Amino acid sequence: MLTKRIIPCLDIKDGRTVKGVNFVQLRDAGDPVELAKIYSDQGADELVFLDITATVDKRKTLAELVTKVAKAINIPFTVGGGVSTVEDVKVLLNAGADKISINSAAVKQPGLINDMALEFGSQCIVVAIDTRNVDGIDFVHTHGGRKPTLLKTQEWAKEVCERGAGEILLTSMDHDGTKSGFANEITAEISYMLSIPVIASGGAGSMPHFRDVFTFGKADAALAASIFHFKEIPIPELKNYLGQEGVPVRI
Amino acid sequence: MKQNQQVVIIDYGMGNIGSIINMLKFLGYKSVVSNDETIIKNADKIILPGVGHFDHAIENIQKLHLLEVINETAIIKKKPFLGICLGMQIMCQSSEEGELSGLSLIDAHVKKFSFNLQSNLKVPHMGWNLISISKDSNLLDSLDNNSRFYFVHSYYVQCKNEGDILTKTNFGLDYVSSFEKDNLIGVQFHPEKSHRFGITLFKNFLEKY
Repeated sequence: MLTKRIIPCLDIKDGRTVKGVNFVQLRDAGDPVELAKIYSDQGADELVFLDITATVDKRKTLAELVTKVAKAINIPFTVGGGVSTVEDVKVLLNAGADKISINSAAVKQPGLINDMALEFGSQCIVVAIDTRNVDGIDFVHTHGGRKPTLLKTQEWAKEVCERGAGEILLTSMDHDGTKSGFANEITAEISYMLSIPVIASGGAGSMPHFRDVFTFGKADAALAASIFHFKEIPIPELKNYLGQEGVPVRI
Repeated sequence: MKQNQQVVIIDYGMGNIGSIINMLKFLGYKSVVSNDETIIKNADKIILPGVGHFDHAIENIQKLHLLEVINETAIIKKKPFLGICLGMQIMCQSSEEGELSGLSLIDAHVKKFSFNLQSNLKVPHMGWNLISISKDSNLLDSLDNNSRFYFVHSYYVQCKNEGDILTKTNFGLDYVSSFEKDNLIGVQFHPEKSHRFGITLFKNFLEKY
Protein backbone atom coordinates (compact mmCIF):
# COMPACT_ATOMS: atom_id res chain seq x y z
CA MET A 1 0.00 0.00 0.00
CA LEU A 2 1.14 3.51 -0.81
CA THR A 3 1.98 5.33 2.41
CA LYS A 4 1.10 8.86 3.46
CA ARG A 5 4.15 11.07 3.34
CA ILE A 6 5.63 13.28 6.06
CA ILE A 7 7.58 16.17 4.59
CA PRO A 8 9.67 18.57 6.62
CA CYS A 9 9.97 21.89 4.87
CA LEU A 10 13.14 23.89 5.13
CA ASP A 11 12.60 27.55 4.45
CA ILE A 12 15.88 28.96 3.27
CA LYS A 13 17.17 32.49 3.54
CA ASP A 14 20.80 33.34 2.85
CA GLY A 15 21.66 29.65 2.89
CA ARG A 16 20.20 29.05 6.35
CA THR A 17 16.96 27.43 7.47
CA VAL A 18 14.38 29.80 8.85
CA LYS A 19 10.71 29.60 9.64
CA GLY A 20 8.42 32.53 9.94
CA VAL A 21 5.28 32.82 11.96
CA ASN A 22 2.69 33.87 9.41
CA PHE A 23 5.67 34.38 7.09
CA VAL A 24 6.82 37.56 8.78
CA GLN A 25 9.15 37.02 11.75
CA LEU A 26 12.05 34.77 10.95
CA ARG A 27 13.97 32.58 13.37
CA ASP A 28 17.20 30.76 12.59
CA ALA A 29 16.78 27.01 12.76
CA GLY A 30 20.09 25.81 11.51
CA ASP A 31 22.17 24.53 8.67
CA PRO A 32 19.99 23.13 5.87
CA VAL A 33 22.37 20.37 4.82
CA GLU A 34 22.77 19.10 8.36
CA LEU A 35 19.04 19.28 8.96
CA ALA A 36 18.33 17.46 5.71
CA LYS A 37 20.57 14.60 6.72
CA ILE A 38 18.98 14.33 10.16
CA TYR A 39 15.48 14.26 8.69
CA SER A 40 16.43 11.70 6.09
CA ASP A 41 17.85 9.40 8.77
CA GLN A 42 14.84 9.95 11.03
CA GLY A 43 12.44 8.66 8.40
CA ALA A 44 11.21 11.78 6.62
CA ASP A 45 9.67 10.64 3.34
CA GLU A 46 10.70 13.67 1.33
CA LEU A 47 12.02 17.16 1.92
CA VAL A 48 11.02 20.50 0.53
CA PHE A 49 13.38 23.47 0.30
CA LEU A 50 11.79 26.82 -0.24
CA ASP A 51 13.95 29.83 -0.86
CA ILE A 52 11.43 32.15 0.75
CA THR A 53 13.23 35.32 -0.11
CA ALA A 54 13.67 34.40 -3.72
CA THR A 55 10.48 35.80 -5.17
CA VAL A 56 10.60 38.99 -3.18
CA ASP A 57 14.24 39.72 -3.79
CA LYS A 58 14.11 38.39 -7.35
CA ARG A 59 16.91 36.01 -6.54
CA LYS A 60 17.38 32.52 -7.89
CA THR A 61 17.40 29.58 -5.52
CA LEU A 62 20.90 28.59 -4.71
CA ALA A 63 21.83 25.71 -6.97
CA GLU A 64 24.95 25.21 -4.90
CA LEU A 65 22.93 24.41 -1.83
CA VAL A 66 20.88 21.93 -3.84
CA THR A 67 24.04 20.15 -4.91
CA LYS A 68 25.23 19.88 -1.30
CA VAL A 69 21.87 18.57 -0.14
CA ALA A 70 21.73 16.01 -2.96
CA LYS A 71 25.08 14.66 -1.84
CA ALA A 72 23.99 14.37 1.78
CA ILE A 73 20.65 12.58 1.45
CA ASN A 74 19.05 9.72 -0.45
CA ILE A 75 15.38 10.54 -0.25
CA PRO A 76 13.55 12.73 -2.77
CA PHE A 77 13.49 16.48 -2.37
CA THR A 78 11.71 19.41 -3.94
CA VAL A 79 13.14 22.89 -4.44
CA GLY A 80 11.12 26.04 -4.86
CA GLY A 81 11.24 29.76 -4.47
CA GLY A 82 11.58 32.17 -7.34
CA VAL A 83 11.46 29.51 -10.04
CA SER A 84 10.17 31.33 -13.08
CA THR A 85 11.60 29.85 -16.26
CA VAL A 86 12.19 26.47 -17.89
CA GLU A 87 15.90 27.24 -17.57
CA ASP A 88 15.55 27.69 -13.78
CA VAL A 89 14.02 24.23 -13.58
CA LYS A 90 16.79 22.72 -15.64
CA VAL A 91 19.50 24.23 -13.44
CA LEU A 92 17.90 22.95 -10.24
CA LEU A 93 17.19 19.47 -11.58
CA ASN A 94 20.75 19.23 -12.83
CA ALA A 95 22.00 20.34 -9.43
CA GLY A 96 20.25 17.30 -7.97
CA ALA A 97 16.69 18.27 -7.10
CA ASP A 98 14.01 15.66 -7.80
CA LYS A 99 11.10 18.03 -8.10
CA ILE A 100 10.64 21.74 -8.57
CA SER A 101 7.89 23.81 -7.13
CA ILE A 102 6.54 26.93 -8.79
CA ASN A 103 4.11 29.39 -7.35
CA SER A 104 3.92 33.08 -8.29
CA ALA A 105 5.40 32.56 -11.74
CA ALA A 106 2.69 30.02 -12.61
CA VAL A 107 -0.03 32.45 -11.61
CA LYS A 108 1.56 35.16 -13.70
CA GLN A 109 2.14 32.90 -16.68
CA PRO A 110 0.13 29.67 -16.46
CA GLY A 111 1.58 28.34 -19.73
CA LEU A 112 4.83 27.79 -17.86
CA ILE A 113 3.29 24.73 -16.22
CA ASN A 114 2.63 23.19 -19.64
CA ASP A 115 6.12 24.02 -20.86
CA MET A 116 7.82 22.60 -17.77
CA ALA A 117 5.70 19.45 -17.71
CA LEU A 118 6.41 18.83 -21.38
CA GLU A 119 10.13 19.37 -21.00
CA PHE A 120 10.76 17.50 -17.74
CA GLY A 121 7.65 15.41 -17.12
CA SER A 122 4.73 16.12 -14.79
CA GLN A 123 6.26 14.03 -12.03
CA CYS A 124 8.81 16.71 -11.19
CA ILE A 125 6.54 19.75 -11.41
CA VAL A 126 4.89 20.72 -8.14
CA VAL A 127 2.61 23.72 -8.20
CA ALA A 128 2.48 25.48 -4.85
CA ILE A 129 -0.76 27.27 -4.09
CA ASP A 130 -1.03 29.68 -1.18
CA THR A 131 -4.67 30.11 -0.29
CA ARG A 132 -6.47 32.47 2.03
CA ASN A 133 -10.16 32.64 2.80
CA VAL A 134 -11.59 36.08 2.16
CA ASP A 135 -15.21 36.51 3.25
CA GLY A 136 -15.99 32.86 2.74
CA ILE A 137 -14.25 32.49 -0.61
CA ASP A 138 -10.82 30.90 -1.07
CA PHE A 139 -8.46 33.03 -3.10
CA VAL A 140 -4.96 32.28 -4.37
CA HIS A 141 -2.24 34.53 -2.95
CA THR A 142 1.25 35.00 -4.31
CA HIS A 143 4.58 36.47 -3.23
CA GLY A 144 4.83 34.54 0.02
CA GLY A 145 1.13 34.91 0.66
CA ARG A 146 1.14 38.70 0.65
CA LYS A 147 -0.37 39.45 -2.71
CA PRO A 148 -4.01 38.50 -3.26
CA THR A 149 -5.17 37.48 -6.72
CA LEU A 150 -8.61 37.15 -8.24
CA LEU A 151 -8.13 33.43 -8.79
CA LYS A 152 -10.36 31.14 -6.81
CA THR A 153 -8.27 28.41 -5.22
CA GLN A 154 -10.44 25.51 -6.36
CA GLU A 155 -10.52 26.73 -9.96
CA TRP A 156 -6.81 27.38 -10.06
CA ALA A 157 -6.06 23.92 -8.60
CA LYS A 158 -8.13 22.35 -11.34
CA GLU A 159 -6.40 24.41 -14.01
CA VAL A 160 -2.86 23.59 -12.89
CA CYS A 161 -3.77 19.91 -12.85
CA GLU A 162 -5.06 20.14 -16.42
CA ARG A 163 -1.95 21.99 -17.49
CA GLY A 164 0.25 19.13 -16.33
CA ALA A 165 1.24 19.73 -12.71
CA GLY A 166 2.29 16.48 -11.06
CA GLU A 167 1.41 17.49 -7.55
CA ILE A 168 -0.09 20.37 -5.60
CA LEU A 169 1.39 21.87 -2.48
CA LEU A 170 -1.53 23.59 -0.83
CA THR A 171 -0.66 26.05 1.93
CA SER A 172 -3.41 27.65 3.95
CA MET A 173 -2.23 31.13 4.84
CA ASP A 174 -4.99 31.29 7.44
CA HIS A 175 -3.52 28.30 9.26
CA ASP A 176 0.18 28.79 8.60
CA GLY A 177 2.11 29.50 11.77
CA THR A 178 -0.91 29.08 14.02
CA LYS A 179 -0.28 25.47 15.10
CA SER A 180 -4.04 25.01 15.24
CA GLY A 181 -4.23 22.21 12.70
CA PHE A 182 -4.26 21.91 8.91
CA ALA A 183 -7.02 23.36 6.73
CA ASN A 184 -8.75 20.01 6.36
CA GLU A 185 -11.85 21.21 4.56
CA ILE A 186 -10.28 22.85 1.55
CA THR A 187 -7.59 20.17 1.41
CA ALA A 188 -10.26 17.45 1.19
CA GLU A 189 -12.23 19.43 -1.35
CA ILE A 190 -9.23 19.78 -3.64
CA SER A 191 -7.99 16.25 -3.05
CA TYR A 192 -11.40 14.81 -4.05
CA MET A 193 -11.58 17.06 -7.07
CA LEU A 194 -8.18 16.24 -8.55
CA SER A 195 -6.43 13.18 -9.86
CA ILE A 196 -2.97 14.27 -8.67
CA PRO A 197 -1.50 14.09 -5.15
CA VAL A 198 -2.07 16.96 -2.74
CA ILE A 199 0.43 17.98 -0.06
CA ALA A 200 -1.22 19.83 2.81
CA SER A 201 0.72 22.59 4.49
CA GLY A 202 0.18 25.17 7.20
CA GLY A 203 -1.01 24.77 10.77
CA ALA A 204 0.66 21.61 12.06
CA GLY A 205 0.96 21.80 15.83
CA SER A 206 0.33 18.32 17.19
CA MET A 207 0.36 14.68 16.13
CA PRO A 208 -3.45 14.45 15.90
CA HIS A 209 -3.32 17.31 13.39
CA PHE A 210 -1.42 15.02 11.05
CA ARG A 211 -3.86 12.17 11.59
CA ASP A 212 -6.74 14.52 10.81
CA VAL A 213 -5.27 15.92 7.61
CA PHE A 214 -4.82 12.37 6.29
CA THR A 215 -8.22 11.09 7.38
CA PHE A 216 -10.54 14.13 7.12
CA GLY A 217 -8.33 16.22 4.84
CA LYS A 218 -7.64 13.34 2.38
CA ALA A 219 -4.12 14.66 1.93
CA ASP A 220 -1.53 12.46 0.27
CA ALA A 221 1.27 14.11 2.17
CA ALA A 222 1.63 16.61 5.00
CA LEU A 223 4.27 19.27 5.23
CA ALA A 224 5.49 21.14 8.30
CA ALA A 225 8.50 23.15 9.36
CA SER A 226 8.95 24.63 12.81
CA ILE A 227 7.52 21.74 14.80
CA PHE A 228 10.20 19.56 13.23
CA HIS A 229 13.02 22.11 13.36
CA PHE A 230 12.49 22.85 17.02
CA LYS A 231 12.06 19.16 17.81
CA GLU A 232 8.56 19.64 19.16
CA ILE A 233 7.46 16.53 17.28
CA PRO A 234 10.15 13.97 16.46
CA ILE A 235 9.43 12.25 13.13
CA PRO A 236 9.84 8.64 14.41
CA GLU A 237 7.34 9.37 17.18
CA LEU A 238 4.91 10.95 14.76
CA LYS A 239 5.09 7.97 12.42
CA ASN A 240 4.56 5.49 15.23
CA TYR A 241 1.57 7.46 16.36
CA LEU A 242 0.09 7.59 12.84
CA GLY A 243 0.68 3.86 12.41
CA GLN A 244 -1.23 3.17 15.61
CA GLU A 245 -4.03 5.41 14.42
CA GLY A 246 -4.38 3.37 11.26
CA VAL A 247 -2.72 5.79 8.84
CA PRO A 248 -0.38 3.91 6.46
CA VAL A 249 3.14 5.27 6.94
CA ARG A 250 6.66 4.12 6.18
CA ILE A 251 8.38 3.22 9.44
CA MET B 1 38.12 -6.74 -7.04
CA LYS B 2 34.54 -5.74 -7.50
CA GLN B 3 35.57 -2.26 -6.42
CA ASN B 4 37.52 -1.93 -9.64
CA GLN B 5 34.64 -2.75 -11.93
CA GLN B 6 33.70 -0.14 -14.46
CA VAL B 7 30.14 0.94 -13.83
CA VAL B 8 28.85 3.21 -16.55
CA ILE B 9 25.77 5.36 -16.09
CA ILE B 10 24.45 6.22 -19.51
CA ASP B 11 23.98 9.96 -19.83
CA TYR B 12 21.41 10.71 -22.49
CA GLY B 13 19.99 13.90 -21.06
CA MET B 14 17.04 12.38 -19.24
CA GLY B 15 17.06 13.56 -15.69
CA ASN B 16 18.74 13.37 -12.42
CA ILE B 17 21.75 11.09 -12.23
CA GLY B 18 23.55 12.84 -9.39
CA SER B 19 21.81 10.76 -6.77
CA ILE B 20 22.86 7.50 -8.45
CA ILE B 21 26.49 8.65 -8.54
CA ASN B 22 26.26 9.66 -4.89
CA MET B 23 24.87 6.33 -3.84
CA LEU B 24 27.55 4.37 -5.69
CA LYS B 25 30.15 6.60 -4.10
CA PHE B 26 28.62 5.98 -0.69
CA LEU B 27 29.00 2.24 -1.31
CA GLY B 28 32.65 2.69 -2.27
CA TYR B 29 32.26 2.32 -6.03
CA LYS B 30 33.31 4.69 -8.71
CA SER B 31 31.10 5.24 -11.68
CA VAL B 32 31.52 6.86 -15.04
CA VAL B 33 28.78 9.02 -16.51
CA SER B 34 29.00 8.85 -20.24
CA ASN B 35 27.37 8.80 -23.63
CA ASP B 36 30.57 7.75 -25.36
CA GLU B 37 30.23 4.56 -27.35
CA THR B 38 33.68 3.21 -26.51
CA ILE B 39 33.30 3.82 -22.79
CA ILE B 40 29.90 2.14 -22.73
CA LYS B 41 31.25 -0.75 -24.79
CA ASN B 42 33.99 -1.37 -22.22
CA ALA B 43 31.73 -1.18 -19.20
CA ASP B 44 31.42 -4.09 -16.79
CA LYS B 45 27.98 -2.95 -15.70
CA ILE B 46 25.54 -0.50 -17.14
CA ILE B 47 22.93 1.66 -15.48
CA LEU B 48 20.27 3.26 -17.65
CA PRO B 49 18.54 5.97 -15.62
CA GLY B 50 15.74 8.20 -16.84
CA VAL B 51 12.96 10.54 -15.92
CA GLY B 52 10.62 12.15 -18.41
CA HIS B 53 8.87 11.31 -21.66
CA PHE B 54 9.25 7.95 -23.44
CA ASP B 55 9.65 9.29 -26.99
CA HIS B 56 11.96 12.06 -25.83
CA ALA B 57 14.21 9.41 -24.26
CA ILE B 58 14.28 7.26 -27.39
CA GLU B 59 14.95 10.30 -29.58
CA ASN B 60 17.90 11.27 -27.42
CA ILE B 61 19.32 7.75 -27.61
CA GLN B 62 18.95 7.83 -31.39
CA LYS B 63 20.56 11.24 -31.65
CA LEU B 64 23.52 10.08 -29.59
CA HIS B 65 23.81 6.93 -31.74
CA LEU B 66 23.62 4.68 -28.70
CA LEU B 67 21.18 2.06 -29.99
CA GLU B 68 23.87 -0.20 -31.32
CA VAL B 69 26.14 -0.11 -28.31
CA ILE B 70 23.20 -0.72 -25.97
CA ASN B 71 22.21 -3.76 -27.97
CA GLU B 72 25.75 -5.01 -28.09
CA THR B 73 26.38 -4.75 -24.35
CA ALA B 74 22.90 -5.77 -23.18
CA ILE B 75 22.06 -8.54 -25.67
CA ILE B 76 25.29 -9.87 -27.18
CA LYS B 77 27.80 -9.41 -24.37
CA LYS B 78 25.14 -9.81 -21.70
CA LYS B 79 26.60 -7.24 -19.33
CA PRO B 80 24.57 -6.67 -16.15
CA PHE B 81 22.19 -3.93 -17.21
CA LEU B 82 19.97 -2.00 -14.80
CA GLY B 83 17.23 0.29 -16.07
CA ILE B 84 15.66 2.66 -13.55
CA CYS B 85 12.18 4.22 -13.88
CA LEU B 86 11.93 5.54 -17.46
CA GLY B 87 15.13 3.57 -18.10
CA MET B 88 13.16 0.41 -17.29
CA GLN B 89 10.28 1.51 -19.49
CA ILE B 90 12.37 2.21 -22.57
CA MET B 91 13.87 -1.29 -22.27
CA CYS B 92 10.39 -2.47 -23.32
CA GLN B 93 8.94 -2.68 -26.83
CA SER B 94 6.45 0.15 -26.74
CA SER B 95 4.58 2.58 -24.52
CA GLU B 96 1.19 4.23 -24.42
CA GLU B 97 3.09 7.43 -23.65
CA GLY B 98 4.68 7.61 -27.07
CA GLU B 99 4.71 6.37 -30.62
CA LEU B 100 8.33 5.36 -31.05
CA SER B 101 9.58 1.82 -30.58
CA GLY B 102 11.38 1.10 -27.35
CA LEU B 103 14.78 -0.56 -27.10
CA SER B 104 12.93 -3.92 -27.15
CA LEU B 105 15.38 -5.59 -24.81
CA ILE B 106 12.49 -7.27 -23.06
CA ASP B 107 9.05 -8.50 -24.17
CA ALA B 108 6.91 -5.92 -22.48
CA HIS B 109 4.61 -3.01 -23.12
CA VAL B 110 4.14 0.16 -21.04
CA LYS B 111 0.65 1.25 -20.05
CA LYS B 112 -0.80 4.32 -18.37
CA PHE B 113 -2.44 4.16 -14.97
CA SER B 114 -6.07 5.00 -15.38
CA PHE B 115 -8.40 5.30 -12.41
CA ASN B 116 -11.68 7.06 -11.88
CA LEU B 117 -11.87 9.97 -9.43
CA GLN B 118 -13.99 7.94 -6.99
CA SER B 119 -11.08 5.57 -6.42
CA ASN B 120 -9.13 8.50 -4.93
CA LEU B 121 -6.00 6.93 -6.46
CA LYS B 122 -3.75 9.72 -7.64
CA VAL B 123 -1.56 9.61 -10.71
CA PRO B 124 1.45 9.88 -10.69
CA HIS B 125 1.83 6.97 -8.31
CA MET B 126 4.06 8.97 -6.02
CA GLY B 127 5.58 7.99 -2.71
CA TRP B 128 6.75 4.94 -0.79
CA ASN B 129 5.24 1.58 -1.59
CA LEU B 130 5.97 -2.09 -0.97
CA ILE B 131 7.30 -4.75 -3.29
CA SER B 132 5.94 -8.26 -3.48
CA ILE B 133 8.63 -10.68 -4.60
CA SER B 134 7.68 -12.98 -7.50
CA LYS B 135 10.92 -14.94 -7.86
CA ASP B 136 14.30 -15.44 -6.20
CA SER B 137 17.07 -13.12 -7.24
CA ASN B 138 20.45 -11.99 -5.97
CA LEU B 139 19.23 -8.46 -6.52
CA LEU B 140 16.81 -8.88 -3.64
CA ASP B 141 19.21 -10.45 -1.11
CA SER B 142 18.41 -9.07 2.36
CA LEU B 143 15.22 -7.51 1.01
CA ASP B 144 11.71 -8.83 1.56
CA ASN B 145 8.05 -7.99 1.06
CA ASN B 146 8.30 -5.36 3.77
CA SER B 147 10.87 -3.35 1.83
CA ARG B 148 9.59 0.04 0.80
CA PHE B 149 10.82 1.93 -2.21
CA TYR B 150 10.18 5.40 -3.57
CA PHE B 151 8.03 5.52 -6.70
CA VAL B 152 7.08 8.35 -9.00
CA HIS B 153 5.52 7.37 -12.31
CA SER B 154 2.32 7.53 -14.34
CA TYR B 155 3.00 4.53 -16.60
CA TYR B 156 3.72 0.92 -15.69
CA VAL B 157 5.28 -2.09 -17.37
CA GLN B 158 3.32 -5.13 -18.46
CA CYS B 159 5.57 -8.15 -19.09
CA LYS B 160 4.52 -10.65 -21.74
CA ASN B 161 6.44 -13.46 -20.05
CA GLU B 162 5.35 -14.08 -16.48
CA GLY B 163 8.80 -15.54 -15.78
CA ASP B 164 10.49 -12.17 -16.31
CA ILE B 165 8.63 -10.59 -13.40
CA LEU B 166 10.80 -10.02 -10.36
CA THR B 167 8.48 -8.00 -8.12
CA LYS B 168 4.98 -6.63 -8.23
CA THR B 169 3.55 -3.62 -6.45
CA ASN B 170 -0.05 -2.84 -5.69
CA PHE B 171 -1.45 0.47 -6.80
CA GLY B 172 -5.01 0.07 -7.96
CA LEU B 173 -3.78 -3.15 -9.53
CA ASP B 174 -0.80 -5.47 -9.10
CA TYR B 175 1.70 -4.30 -11.66
CA VAL B 176 5.33 -5.15 -12.47
CA SER B 177 7.58 -3.00 -10.30
CA SER B 178 10.71 -4.82 -11.45
CA PHE B 179 11.75 -7.44 -13.98
CA GLU B 180 14.82 -9.57 -14.42
CA LYS B 181 15.66 -11.63 -17.47
CA ASP B 182 19.18 -13.03 -17.63
CA ASN B 183 21.45 -9.97 -17.32
CA LEU B 184 18.64 -7.49 -17.87
CA ILE B 185 17.06 -5.80 -14.88
CA GLY B 186 14.51 -3.02 -14.73
CA VAL B 187 13.12 -1.33 -11.64
CA GLN B 188 10.21 1.08 -11.72
CA PHE B 189 11.05 2.59 -8.34
CA HIS B 190 14.04 4.79 -7.57
CA PRO B 191 16.54 2.79 -5.50
CA GLU B 192 18.79 5.88 -5.44
CA LYS B 193 16.03 7.67 -3.52
CA SER B 194 14.96 4.77 -1.34
CA HIS B 195 17.28 5.19 1.60
CA ARG B 196 18.42 1.93 3.25
CA PHE B 197 16.45 -0.41 0.96
CA GLY B 198 17.84 1.35 -2.07
CA ILE B 199 21.35 1.08 -0.68
CA THR B 200 20.87 -2.69 -0.27
CA LEU B 201 19.60 -3.09 -3.82
CA PHE B 202 22.52 -1.19 -5.33
CA LYS B 203 24.95 -3.13 -3.15
CA ASN B 204 23.48 -6.39 -4.48
CA PHE B 205 23.71 -5.19 -8.08
CA LEU B 206 27.34 -4.18 -7.60
CA GLU B 207 28.52 -7.22 -5.65
CA LYS B 208 26.41 -10.12 -6.84
CA TYR B 209 26.37 -9.65 -10.58
